[in-house]
Amino acid sequence: MSISADESVPTTKAKVLKTLKSAINAVLIPLLAVFTALVIGALIIKAAGGGPLDAYKGLFQGALGSLKALSETTVWATPYIFAGLAVALAFKGGLFNIGAEGQLALGAVAAAWVGYALPDVLGVTLPAVIHVPLAVGAGMLAGAIWGAIPGWLKARTGGHEVINTIMMNYIALNMTSFLLNGPMKDPNPLNVVARTPGIAESARIPPVFPGLRFHWGFILALLVTGIVWWVLWKTTLGFEIRTVGANPDAARYAGVSVSRTIVVTMTLSGLLAGLAGAIEVTALNYRHELGFSVGYGFDAIAIALLGKVHPLGVVLAALLFGAMRNGATRMQFLTQIPVDVISVIQALILLFVAADAIIRWIYRIRAREERVVLTRGWGG
Amino acid sequence: MTNDQMTHEMSLVLQTKGITKRFPGVLANDHVDFDLYKGEIHALLGENGAGKTTLMNIIYGLYRPDAGAIFLDGRPVDIRSSKDAIAHGIGMVHQHFMLIPVFTVAENIMLGSETVRGLMLDQRSVAARVRELSHQYGLDVDPDAYVRDLPVGVQQRVEIVKALYREADILILDEPTAVLTPQEVEDLFKVIRALADRGKSVIFITHKLKEVFAVADRITVMRDGRVVGTVRPQETNEAQLAAMMVGREVILKVEKGPAHPGEEVLRVENLHVFDDRGVETVRGVSFFVRAGEVLGIAGVQGNGQTELVEALTGLRQPHSGKVVMLEHDVTGKSPRSIIETGMAHIPEDRQRYGLVLPFPVTDNLVLCTYYLPPFARSGMLNHEAIDENSRELVRKFDVRTPSPYVPVSKLSGGNQQKVIVARELSRPIKLLIANQPTRGLDVGSIEYIHKVIVRMRDAGCGVLLVSAELDEIMALSDRIAVMYKGQIMDTLSADEATREQLGLLMAGVKEEQDAIAGQ
Amino acid sequence: MDWRRFGFIALIILVLIGVVVMVGATQVSPTVIVVSMLATTISVATPLTLGALSGIYCERAGVVNIGIEGMMLASAFFGWFGAIYLNTILKVAPMPSLLLGVVAAILTGGLLGLLHAVLSVTYKVDQIIGGTVINILAIGITGFLNRQLFFEKGSIFGGEVPHAPGVLPRFHIPLLADLPLVGRVFEQQPIAVSAVVLVLVTHFVLFYTRWGLRTRAVGEHPRAADTVGINVARMRYANVIIGGLIAGLAGAYFTLESVPSFEPLMTNGRGFISLAAMIFGNWSPFGAWASALVFGAAQALQINLQFFREQIPPQWAFLQQAYIVGLVPYLLTMVILTGIIGKTTPPAADGQPYEK
Repeated sequence: MSISADESVPTTKAKVLKTLKSAINAVLIPLLAVFTALVIGALIIKAAGGGPLDAYKGLFQGALGSLKALSETTVWATPYIFAGLAVALAFKGGLFNIGAEGQLALGAVAAAWVGYALPDVLGVTLPAVIHVPLAVGAGMLAGAIWGAIPGWLKARTGGHEVINTIMMNYIALNMTSFLLNGPMKDPNPLNVVARTPGIAESARIPPVFPGLRFHWGFILALLVTGIVWWVLWKTTLGFEIRTVGANPDAARYAGVSVSRTIVVTMTLSGLLAGLAGAIEVTALNYRHELGFSVGYGFDAIAIALLGKVHPLGVVLAALLFGAMRNGATRMQFLTQIPVDVISVIQALILLFVAADAIIRWIYRIRAREERVVLTRGWGG
Repeated sequence: MTNDQMTHEMSLVLQTKGITKRFPGVLANDHVDFDLYKGEIHALLGENGAGKTTLMNIIYGLYRPDAGAIFLDGRPVDIRSSKDAIAHGIGMVHQHFMLIPVFTVAENIMLGSETVRGLMLDQRSVAARVRELSHQYGLDVDPDAYVRDLPVGVQQRVEIVKALYREADILILDEPTAVLTPQEVEDLFKVIRALADRGKSVIFITHKLKEVFAVADRITVMRDGRVVGTVRPQETNEAQLAAMMVGREVILKVEKGPAHPGEEVLRVENLHVFDDRGVETVRGVSFFVRAGEVLGIAGVQGNGQTELVEALTGLRQPHSGKVVMLEHDVTGKSPRSIIETGMAHIPEDRQRYGLVLPFPVTDNLVLCTYYLPPFARSGMLNHEAIDENSRELVRKFDVRTPSPYVPVSKLSGGNQQKVIVARELSRPIKLLIANQPTRGLDVGSIEYIHKVIVRMRDAGCGVLLVSAELDEIMALSDRIAVMYKGQIMDTLSADEATREQLGLLMAGVKEEQDAIAGQ
Repeated sequence: MDWRRFGFIALIILVLIGVVVMVGATQVSPTVIVVSMLATTISVATPLTLGALSGIYCERAGVVNIGIEGMMLASAFFGWFGAIYLNTILKVAPMPSLLLGVVAAILTGGLLGLLHAVLSVTYKVDQIIGGTVINILAIGITGFLNRQLFFEKGSIFGGEVPHAPGVLPRFHIPLLADLPLVGRVFEQQPIAVSAVVLVLVTHFVLFYTRWGLRTRAVGEHPRAADTVGINVARMRYANVIIGGLIAGLAGAYFTLESVPSFEPLMTNGRGFISLAAMIFGNWSPFGAWASALVFGAAQALQINLQFFREQIPPQWAFLQQAYIVGLVPYLLTMVILTGIIGKTTPPAADGQPYEK
């Protein structure tokens, strides 16, 4: 440490090089993790009696092969971005929100109710400029409350948010199931599934292009990504969240109210997850239906980690996961490999991202250079 | 005392040759040669970071050396783990005790060398052996007591018994006096001598000059990972040893003029505080600090100083009493509202409280003021102002860092402390609370921090200095309060206080004094 | 484990039994209801008890295991698959098929325990994230294989869900099961009985043996253990694998003892509730068992209300809504975690990787 302060001002060129280098370093491990998981996925497909190459070709075509495929990929990616941001924001604040699932579900229920029932309850017709924000806002509020409860419990009683958010998931799931089978069930006599009635025209966000399911929610997701980044790094609130996340003792010492920050972080996290649900209802499905596949919450964790808990990384990871989920349908159609194999591959991605030492070991990555990487990698 | 030792047969029990150990960025041990005779007390002296503990951890098998060899009784040995070390008759009492608080003394002692009857642990035979060893060496411990309930002095005895239980012939004591009162130190020295008399060899690690003269047969001085030399106490003096330790003449005295105390900035009245376990560790403390003076709080660590400072700074809710800062009653207020009255705090545990290690130097320098102009306006951070602030403070406080944007974790301990000092002193403050401000720092940083504290005093700031180092307290304070078991035993003027007087107060001996004064 | 906590546990169980008695007593004898509640409670508490014991082994050694849920789910699947494969394809008799299925489940758990140990001990991955990885992996693999093996045309079972060899039979615990009135409580299936036995065994191992002393030492203060020559990594590996094996047995309960079928996500949060039971039981086997019984009672409430469906008066019928009564275990978990009934203390080094 004998370098004096005067040498510290970096030249522009060095700065650019350094940024570039750190960017490469940041994406290298996630990319290799994805690659390795795909290789193992291929082995699993092979073992299950399928052709890995055909399967991946189908996956690729289904995800990116056409304008429609691309549009569908963004449709899948939209809730992933919101939910991934929710989990990433909580991680930044040192909190593990496993409850995005429940927050998202309740956000959807609340948005749907405001969407189909509020005009009747109030006895007025609402213009879209009011009704849409109300529906989306209700979804955000529901998610925020569902996130705030475990946050408050953590701040107040020390009850661990990991178990509490999971319990809140099951409660939300039971509640949603009760509501969609009972009070909120679509009364249409032809309806046999657990779903709400369609929301009013005035609560619907119209499609961007006719004939494509690509919707404004995706644009909003990108916008919200920017906002989350801005909040985290450009505001005092973000400074507080990051300080509490990195060292709660030092935060307390420095005068930051740790319990308040924990509640705020979990509230914002829940709000983002709730927004994911609200957007699914108002911009895409125009109603809420009880899904059979559970997994947004866990996927969101994988996305946040794969995206290195950075908003921009979350968007990239969400697009990847969206593409895989979307392409999987075509893959199943072409090769009869169940779409569930994607869950396995995604779990493996998460495994390798979490334990990046395994990836470093496989590809012999050391700090000094990355040259060796690809040669060994393709051999595997 | 070396005459006693001469009666022992002077056979070499332990020898290291050319031990080298490198950690990322540091050469912790550089070709270290060290030897130890049977029945000898060999002090290993050096300042923090000189490589003493690294050498001992190598001998004890916790680290593997990069080069060099260890010889026991003249034969080369390969010590791969603490298990090997124990098998070779080496025992170590670590600076931070290796005891499990929720276990009993007997469980702690037998751990790793358990005796079993069938499947069950044989608690009874262990307890019997512990009692036997206690008796033999004058180390009074109760095998059935839980370690968490024992005072540190007794815990240290448990550690020594633990080594003896494993039939250690070589005993390494790493900074054993740091947590003891002067009286307890005397008792420990008696035990050490008893051990040596019975043929055990003792390595005594310390950075305190006075102690080596009191107990050692030989002294090896280390600096920057190298052995500077080995001397006998009767052939040297404190100044010479100090020069060997530091590599230059050290000014043992801090230059400071007389204090000009002004108005009162902090008043504490009858404060009671409980610790996390619900034990009342501050029991009715009252004192005041005036502008332009240093009030030193002396005392062996663990006598309530930590909780006292936490209560003053808002980190811990006091049970009762009153804290007044410049006429504001701040009892039980939040840390932020206390900071805003003009209090600065250099915390005891700098990495836990003082810094956010993964954050860059820039952010750490505004940790308490990030929300105030010019660093923030209406909730938005002003990064230009934050960067400008750090450039200025890094220069002014001579923080050695490759750039203000590197994580503060990359800085050395001394520079980390400078970051904290720079941050705390850069705002307009009326009172500085410095808790163990130089613990674990190198001599250069210690001198720097001392100078800064005196400079703040002379600028009219009140200073509350809490330190377990009596020398530091005596060098910096204008008045000295001695804390013992949660109470202030007495407050003395620094000009009149003597070491002996303070030492007695630190051990809780006041009644006699009162008695003497009363006669 | 203090008496206040046991008192609370007893109270909750009594209240839950009381509710059923009150609701059903007009038509059915209270004794029958109480006995039925007790028997169901012990039975459905089985995976929770085992899950909590699994957590105790891991966490007493200093490794947080939030992957118990996933371990149970994967074990439930592979145990079931093993039993069916043996019975249908290899034509092994039902009983040996079931027992070997249990073995397969236990080994599955052990394997995932090994994975968790690799992640948390060797690679020092954040242990909660490591556990989450296991949960996600288990959901993915069981979902995929369930579809691939049982519902795809080309699969070994020809695209039809084959007939399961049933569930493990009840057996009479000698003497106790012959008691009048309450004898039925002691007629339990083998995994339920082994759970209780394991509570006793774990208590003995943890507090009276060398293994237990060393396990607790590496969970409390790994450096101290290291300095006296205990191999911290090896102790942690062993205990996390043992925890996995026990979670595997818990998984077997779902498909080989409770119902003869597998459904995706069928563990339904039981692994997480086990952790709450472990925490509320203050990381002690008896405490964890008692807490597991509370959750068991909450679930037994739902089952018994269904069971006495015909006899329930209309004004109480709403209690049969699975949505309402089904919330009780989850709400109870959250209440218990607030620590209103006394503070609990985890092992001091719980969740911290050991860096030399």
